[in-house]
Amino acid sequence: MSEGHSTYTPKTGIERWFDARMPLPRLVYDSFIAYPVPRNLNYAWTFGGILSIMLVAQILTGIVLAMHYTADSTLAFGSVEKIMRDVNSGWLLRYLHSNGASFFFVAVYIHIFRGLYYGSYKAPRELLWILGCIIYLLMMATGFMGYVLPWGQMSFWGATVITNFFTAIPLVGDWIQQLLLGGFAVDNPTLNRFFALHYLLPFMIAGVVVLHVWALHVVGQSNPTGIEVKSKTDTVAFTPYATIKDAFGMIVFLFFFAYFVFYMPNYLGHPDNYVVANPLKTPAHIVPEWYFLPFYAILRAITFNVGPIDAKLGGVLCMFGAIVMLFLVPWLDTSKVRSAVYRPWYKLFFWLFAANAIFLGWLGSQPAEGSFVLMAQMATLFYFAFFLIALPVLGLIETPRRLPNSITEAVLEKNKGAGHHPAGATAAPETKG
Amino acid sequence: MKKILTSLALLGLLVAGTAAVAEEENSAAAPTHLPIKDPKEMDWSFAGPFGTYDKAQLQRGLKVYKEVCAACHSMNLVAFRTLEDLGYSEAQIKTLSAGYTINDGPNDAGDMFDRPGKPSDYFPSPFPNEEAAAAANGGAAPPDMSLLAKARGVVRGFPQFVFDIFTQYAQGGPDYIHSLLTGYDEQPPAGMVIPEGTHYNPYFLSGVSLKMPKPLSDDQVTYDDGSPQTVDQYSRDVSAFLMWAAEPHLEDRKKMGFRVLVFLLLFGALVYLTKRKVWAGVAH
Repeated sequence: MSEGHSTYTPKTGIERWFDARMPLPRLVYDSFIAYPVPRNLNYAWTFGGILSIMLVAQILTGIVLAMHYTADSTLAFGSVEKIMRDVNSGWLLRYLHSNGASFFFVAVYIHIFRGLYYGSYKAPRELLWILGCIIYLLMMATGFMGYVLPWGQMSFWGATVITNFFTAIPLVGDWIQQLLLGGFAVDNPTLNRFFALHYLLPFMIAGVVVLHVWALHVVGQSNPTGIEVKSKTDTVAFTPYATIKDAFGMIVFLFFFAYFVFYMPNYLGHPDNYVVANPLKTPAHIVPEWYFLPFYAILRAITFNVGPIDAKLGGVLCMFGAIVMLFLVPWLDTSKVRSAVYRPWYKLFFWLFAANAIFLGWLGSQPAEGSFVLMAQMATLFYFAFFLIALPVLGLIETPRRLPNSITEAVLEKNKGAGHHPAGATAAPETKG
Repeated sequence: MKKILTSLALLGLLVAGTAAVAEEENSAAAPTHLPIKDPKEMDWSFAGPFGTYDKAQLQRGLKVYKEVCAACHSMNLVAFRTLEDLGYSEAQIKTLSAGYTINDGPNDAGDMFDRPGKPSDYFPSPFPNEEAAAAANGGAAPPDMSLLAKARGVVRGFPQFVFDIFTQYAQGGPDYIHSLLTGYDEQPPAGMVIPEGTHYNPYFLSGVSLKMPKPLSDDQVTYDDGSPQTVDQYSRDVSAFLMWAAEPHLEDRKKMGFRVLVFLLLFGALVYLTKRKVWAGVAH
């Protein structure tokens, strides 16, 4: 869908002046107005736009919060409370930012699962997918470090537990951990470097987002049928078609976001984080933020040694392995058909995988004892089996359903039953409105 | 799809089953699951989308805090000036803060000195430092109360935490504090060992008993608005007050939230209609 040629014609003198020197208006026009998108995109495709506004919102609220926050282990907790009590609309900024992180992850998980369901990672979109995985990794680092900043009990102990993973790495583990912490334990140097990195990483995310969107604009969007765009009738112009649909998706998403911010702003947090960090008092259960829970469950599921790999290293390897799986998806999936719509068995396994991921999340919030350990081990096994067995094998043995010849044909077939769209109007959508 | 739903249902049953087994292991004399009893859910004026603080209740709660809790518990994030939220006038707050002695300084001569409190001061701590607080209370410093109502909460468990989203249940803190304060009269089950110097309370989150003895008794605090002078009423009032202390902007937040949601609803409806119009001629 990279058209190769631009349809932009500068109309005013200023536009022509810019176009001859730095064609920024042309870039915007080609990317957000004339850019052709498949006509059959559903609301799952609005999450790219939603994620962009969440990133901008997080950066804006974060910059203002940073003007009032003090990164010092003796002052940090109090400065956050000062924001909550005395800064004008400080409570709003802080709740927007802390819940914004959660909803950023809600959106990114829907975005990732949409990619998995419709096979959006398949050639030629492997690089697009991997850039997305890098954004997700950066988000995890940012979210984790942000949670440390209020310097509550969960901040402190979460940081202790997570940085402790690195000591499992043979030879260099202790050195890496000390480098992260700026000492031998979580303390003021840790808080300072986490604050610096928490401020830096979102801009790195923004940078990778630019690459992600660039790659997207080269290969074009996938769509629910997984069939590539073949003719002009398969697409509509980004504006007004995608813009207005994205806008509606964003408003619905913001509605849910606002519901949490204004009515249950602490629902997704942990009460212990309203207790100031105390290095001498370990909380009964150390639980990370909800968006890390599936990985936390995988980490703790490994309770046994395998040869030279002890349980701790095994857990860390599995946890990072769980994320590495995502990077490998484009090559693990052997199917020639992209979309789960035409893959009955893959569709079943996809939903089992989604249920299993939620189940792992719940297990991550439970203490790692008794029957929970066995359940976590089974769920971890299924997690890896989905990537390492189901994805490669299903592609070879599954008989996909008949694929339509084109996006337009798929759309017309779907609408035949409904019959409220005049067939003539579909042929030339760009002449409408 | 049916297959998926069936397998999900089976998975759900399996989870419920294991949870039930875990529950049975929780024997009366040596409970493995804490707290022994979940907090009682009370009706709070500040619950729900239109919740507001009951100012008379907050004033009573402040009285209970001042006359009872403040003997051991600090509340060092709350400034006197913010008590305007409770309906007090500026003059009343001046009088109230002047009743406290604040250690200030150093002065021009380099000495620390005591002076009467001002509205801009914060509630002073009953102990000079945390070590002194711990030493005077059997080794554990009484927690600061500024954020207590948000810093305590019993895990709700599945499926309750899902329902909580729809019922906007965010009163876990005050429910917990009220239950704890009214839970001292319950007797420990036969065979339970209560450590020396601690007091059995089935609602306590981190043990079967706690160091704090029963703090409230009937008629301990005199109410001048005719409210019943019972442990239950004191507990409710002080829990509500602590919720205000932890979340002073709750009313603003809920009020703004309603406006934001109504705006998003109307704006969303308009954008949806526009979207339908734009896409009207395009099968998709």
